[in-house]
Amino acid sequence: MAMISQLLASTLRLSTPLIFAAMGGMLSERSGVINIALEGLMLMGALGAAVGTVATHSPWLGLLIGMGAGLAMAFIYALLVIPFRANQIVAGMAINMLALGLTPFLCKMLYGVTGSTPQISYPEQFHSAPLYLAWIVVGLCWYLMKFTPAGLWLGFAGEHPEALEAAGIPANRIRWLAVLASGVLAGAGGATLSTFLSSSFARNMAAGRGFMALAALIFGKWRPIPAALACVLFGFADAAQIQLQGVKFRGAEVPVQFIQILPYLVTILVLAGFVGRARAPKALGKHFSTANERE
Amino acid sequence: MISSGSEVAVELRGITKQFGSVLANAGVDLRVEPGTIQGLIGENGAGKSTAMKILYGLYRPDSGHILIRGQPQVWSSPRDAIAQGIGMVHQHFMLAGPYSALDNIILGAEGEGRGGRERRGSRVEGRGQPSGAMRREGAPDPRPPTLVRAWGILGRKHARERLEALAAQYRLSVDWEAPIEQLPVGIQQRVEILKLLYHRADVLILDEPTAVLTPQETNDLFANLKKLRDEGKTIIFVTHKLKEVMAFTDRVTVFRGGSVVGEALTSQTSPQELADLMVGRKVVLNVQAPPTQATGKAALEVEALVVSGTRGATHRVSNVTFSVRSGEIVGIAGVEGNGQSELLQALLHPREPQCRKAGRISITGMDVTQMTAREIRNLGVSLIPEDRLHEGLLPEWPLRDNFLLGLQHSAAFNRAGFICSSNLQAAAAKAVNEYDVRPANLALSAGNLSGGNQQKLIVAREFERRPKLLIAAQPTRGVDVGATEFIHRRIIKARDEGAGVLLVSSELEEIMALSDRILVMYEGRIAGEFAKGNFSESLLGLRMGGG
Repeated sequence: MAMISQLLASTLRLSTPLIFAAMGGMLSERSGVINIALEGLMLMGALGAAVGTVATHSPWLGLLIGMGAGLAMAFIYALLVIPFRANQIVAGMAINMLALGLTPFLCKMLYGVTGSTPQISYPEQFHSAPLYLAWIVVGLCWYLMKFTPAGLWLGFAGEHPEALEAAGIPANRIRWLAVLASGVLAGAGGATLSTFLSSSFARNMAAGRGFMALAALIFGKWRPIPAALACVLFGFADAAQIQLQGVKFRGAEVPVQFIQILPYLVTILVLAGFVGRARAPKALGKHFSTANERE
Repeated sequence: MISSGSEVAVELRGITKQFGSVLANAGVDLRVEPGTIQGLIGENGAGKSTAMKILYGLYRPDSGHILIRGQPQVWSSPRDAIAQGIGMVHQHFMLAGPYSALDNIILGAEGEGRGGRERRGSRVEGRGQPSGAMRREGAPDPRPPTLVRAWGILGRKHARERLEALAAQYRLSVDWEAPIEQLPVGIQQRVEILKLLYHRADVLILDEPTAVLTPQETNDLFANLKKLRDEGKTIIFVTHKLKEVMAFTDRVTVFRGGSVVGEALTSQTSPQELADLMVGRKVVLNVQAPPTQATGKAALEVEALVVSGTRGATHRVSNVTFSVRSGEIVGIAGVEGNGQSELLQALLHPREPQCRKAGRISITGMDVTQMTAREIRNLGVSLIPEDRLHEGLLPEWPLRDNFLLGLQHSAAFNRAGFICSSNLQAAAAKAVNEYDVRPANLALSAGNLSGGNQQKLIVAREFERRPKLLIAAQPTRGVDVGATEFIHRRIIKARDEGAGVLLVSSELEEIMALSDRILVMYEGRIAGEFAKGNFSESLLGLRMGGG
């Protein structure tokens, strides 16, 4: 019994970074911009939050700085894919690699060690606040998409940007805002990795969670609540993986590497099994030019 | 000319717009009186749509002026035009499939519905207003979308109330909650019109609105537009179809080569006069085919053909038998969706069970029921497909490669598996000249041609095969009068050279002008057969309606 409640608590904790990132991805992709850069944005957020918390001794200020770091990276991404019309997959991959190299580099610059920041003491860590915050963000996203003009514009930017333009609303401005917001949210997701789930930044600590969030988004058909629930599924796989470590099979211990596969295996199964029926926003991945620019 | 002194709803003065090397509008002058239906007619690429997109604020003109109710305007985006009461239904609808009709309508005018309480009044003289322009009573907020508006509430309930009142006033009801993609095209267009009314437009621009409609839907649209005019709305109707301009506009303006070349009261002009103005030379509007001189053996024989419907529905084509002899044109008339498309699919893909359930098809005396499309084409079959952009062309590819489509295995162009590009270049250049495809630039993507020129390219390619059987489906749909005349002449020429021609068209005039025999399809059956000399529009129409 204790094990089960521990498993559930762990599931909710581990799904927190995924939920933030998936909501960020939702905003970006519903506006028509593919966001495989979530992974890199999370890494930036993780580093920013760790550095910020070490410097200010407040996880909240750390979170803000992490969100700012995600925002800065998202700005570069938006610049590449909106005005400069780079391929969104290629540019997203570039952002991920940039973040992968930039984060240890910044660590070395700041602390003289590559790969990690100093430990954040227990009272300066987050304990449960991000978990609640994540679900508040899900609620806000749901409300945004369902009940506000901003959500309607966002959806049209990804579904039929020409219609948005014809209604007098600049589609690329909406896409800019959406990508920047996705940087803030993915940054927040990364911040929970370094200040909530652990106590420092470590090299490549996102470990594919950006992609898992993307998978959850697709599994949730680009809708906030189903996407968040998909994050919980992946969080569960992660929690189960931790619980199963050290398990013995016929007297021999199962190698930990096999058990650590579990969340990724679930991701693959979910994507292979269910995504066929999902329908992406129609203009997803397509550059938009105004009528004046088109001719 | 329009009498001076009358009030003017919309005026364009010397509008010029250049796209790259193409001068799309060269000094367009246009005046539209309020409460009238103004037709803009011209061939594809004559500059009608460009002028209207400038009026709607989508394009910025290089020079020239826009005046609304006498006041000069400078648009920076469609929002400014919408604020001055201009609305536009685009040729390709501006609707997003998964969203409801209601959401599509309120897009850009969120909060408009709030119980008659107008949000403007004191805040009326907003930023970005051209000096001297009076704010119209009840016009939408002209200011750019603000944060406050964006984060507000959509207010679907109020929007729906206002829409229902509008729908009742103009009798234009739709299912507000249905996703757009589930509504038929005619209803989608109604949603577009309701969107304009909801945005308080009083000048309604409709760009080629009938291109996607059935005849019945077209009639409904015309009735609705007349009603709107009688309620005081001004309507600008862009088309290349003479019949429509004559049927229901008050005035007509003719465009050619980016300029206005003529203007008249509709009641004082004739289709012939307009057509000559549009094309810039004398046009024969309805090329009448003389009766066939000699008919030979059967080019196509169809016996007891059955095509099953999807998922147990009734048969799409049931027990259809007919033949086409070489040297004759057989027309298949009928309202679209009565089995014509399925019949054509069966002729080309008889091996596929979903295309042909039962029945025998032979072409030039050969049983083709077990042949592939390529084998059938090699018997000497040419095809002008219904949907040229999907079945007739590769829009992204250059003219030269499009000319090769279907001929890639022929000895003329294929040397041991390699395309002989010098032969192809020469043959394509010759055909493009002979069939007057403009611009005659073989490296240009086919998608950049106008509809009429795309069709001429297909005609060039298909007729160069010297067909024994020509299947022409909707050969002049979306094609302007000049190209229509050309294509009709070519079809008659093919017949006179001995081809059997199966002509499928929903344009009754076209069928009656060209055919030696007419078969009427209704609900998948042949509902009537008429020989030349016995064609009567009323009797054909009756059969087409199942009578």
